[in-house]
Amino acid sequence: MSVTPEPSPRPTLQASPSLQSSDVVRYVDETAPLIGLRIPPECREGVARNLAGLLAAGVLLGDFPVGNIETAPVFEP
Amino acid sequence: MTPVDALGIAADIRARRVTARDVTARALERIRARDTSLNCFTAVLTESALRDAESVDAVLAAGGTPGPLAGVPFAVKNLFDVAGLTTLAGSKINAGHPPATRDATVVSRLRGAGAVLLGALNMDEYAFGFTTENSHHGPTRNPHDPARVAGGSSGGSGAAVAAGLVPLALGSDTNGSIRVPAALCGVFGLKPTYGRLSRAGAALFGISFDHVGPLATSVRDLAASYDVMQGPDATDPVCADRPREACLPRLDEGIGDLRVAVADGHFASRGEPEVFAAVEQVAKALGAERRVTIPENDRARAAATIITASEGASLHMDDLRSRPLDFDPMTRDRFLAGALVPAALYVRAQRFRAWYRERVREIFREADVLLAPTTPFPAPRIGQDTITVAGEQVPTRPMLGLYTQPLSFIGLPVISVPVAGAHPLPLGVQVVAAPWNEAALFRTAAVLERAGVAAAHIAG
Repeated sequence: MSVTPEPSPRPTLQASPSLQSSDVVRYVDETAPLIGLRIPPECREGVARNLAGLLAAGVLLGDFPVGNIETAPVFEP
Repeated sequence: MTPVDALGIAADIRARRVTARDVTARALERIRARDTSLNCFTAVLTESALRDAESVDAVLAAGGTPGPLAGVPFAVKNLFDVAGLTTLAGSKINAGHPPATRDATVVSRLRGAGAVLLGALNMDEYAFGFTTENSHHGPTRNPHDPARVAGGSSGGSGAAVAAGLVPLALGSDTNGSIRVPAALCGVFGLKPTYGRLSRAGAALFGISFDHVGPLATSVRDLAASYDVMQGPDATDPVCADRPREACLPRLDEGIGDLRVAVADGHFASRGEPEVFAAVEQVAKALGAERRVTIPENDRARAAATIITASEGASLHMDDLRSRPLDFDPMTRDRFLAGALVPAALYVRAQRFRAWYRERVREIFREADVLLAPTTPFPAPRIGQDTITVAGEQVPTRPMLGLYTQPLSFIGLPVISVPVAGAHPLPLGVQVVAAPWNEAALFRTAAVLERAGVAAAHIAG
C-alpha cells in the first residue's frame, strides 16, 4: 500500500533546540502579569516545566513544511 | 453480548418479565454496595431514577412504547448537564455553580429512548487527564484491580460499566478520554466522528477535539445508544447537519467488502509486547494482513497538546486569574502553562492539523478500517508517575494517550474494543475508520465480538 513517507526522522521533544529553563521561568514571570495571571509561588516551577514542554512541541512543528494551508475558522455572518 | 447488556434488560422490561423499577432498584443497590470502594459516582439520583423507572412501567402498563432503551440504567460523566444537578466537570470550582436547568442533548435523547439516569460519574478535572486521579473527589479505582487507575478522563464511566453498576455510560473524548478508560477497564467505547453527536450541554475542554460518546458492555448496546443520540442539534455549532445513519441494523453485515489494515510505525512501537499481541490477535481474526504507515504522529501529538492546552486554558481563564489554587493540583500547572502559549504556536498547530488530515485521508483511499492499540500498557497503579515501557522509563499519564491522541486530533471515528482473554488486566484495540463511517466500525466490532475475540470484562 502506498503511503506518504515520513519526511524526517522521528522527532522528539527531548531533541528540541535549546530551551533554557531559566528563559522559560523568566517568560512566565514577565508575561503572566501582563495578561492578569498571578502564578502562585508553589506553581511557578510546574508552570515553567509544562510551558517548556509546550514550547518544545511548538519547535517540533516549527520546521515542518505544511505548504500553503488555509485554516481560517469558517464564520458565517 | 453479555447477560447484563442494555438491550437485554430493555427486552425483559418490555416483555414485562421484570419491571423497570426493580431493575433500577437493583442497580441502585449495586452502587450502594460497591461504589464506596470504587468511587465511580459523584452523585446518585435515587429518587428521580426510581420515578423515571416507574414512568416506564406506567407507559408499558398502558400499552404504550417507552423506547428502545426502556428502563435501561445509565450514568453520565459529570461534565454533562443534568437538570437539577450542578455540572461539576470534575472540579471544586463548579460546585458553586447553580444546578443545570436542562439536560445535555445526548442525555435528553437517551432518556427520551426510555433509559433511566442513575447519576453522575467521576472524571479528571475539566477532562484534563487520562487517569481520573481527581484530588477533589478522589481517584476512581479500576474494578479489575482497585490499586490501579480506571483510565480517564471518563474513568468513572469506564469503571461503572466494567463493575456492572450500569450497562451503559456516557463519556467525552478530547485526546482519548473515552477510549483509554474503555481499554483499561475492559469495555467497549465509541468516539464518533467529530461533530457527529451533539456536545450541547457538555462542559467543553478542547473545543477543536471535544467529542461525546457511549461506553457499554456489548457492541449492540454501543450501537443502540449511539443511534438514539445521533441527529442534528442547532444548539451545538459543531454538530453536523447530517441525518441519522443507524448502525444497530447493520451489525450482521460482516466485513466482506471492507479493507482492514494494521497501523504500523508509531502505532507498533513504544508499547508493551502484550499490547501488540492484542492487535495481532484482532488482525488475525479479521484476516487483516496489510500494514499502513500514518506519518508524523509525534508532531500530531505535539500539535494536539498545544491546541488542547491553549483552548482549555482559554475556557477557564477567568478562574485561572481569580482562584488558581482552587484547581486540582493535577491540572492547575498545565492550565496555567496553556494560558501562556503564544498564539502563533496555536495557529501553527492548527495548520499542521490540516496537513495531517490530508495524509490520513490518502490512507483511507486504500483502506476502510485501521487497527491500532488503544494504550501502550494496561492500567498503571494509582499515583504512579513513571513507568518503564519497552525498556524506557517514561511519564505514565501522558503516555496513555500515545495511540489515541493522533486520531482524535483529526476527528476520526474509533471504537476501542476490549480484547477477550487479556489477563490479568484488560487491554483495548482501536478500530478506526474514515470520517462519518461509523457503520464500518460497528460491523467490524460485531465480527470480533461474534468471533469471541472482543468481549467486555465485567468484574463481579
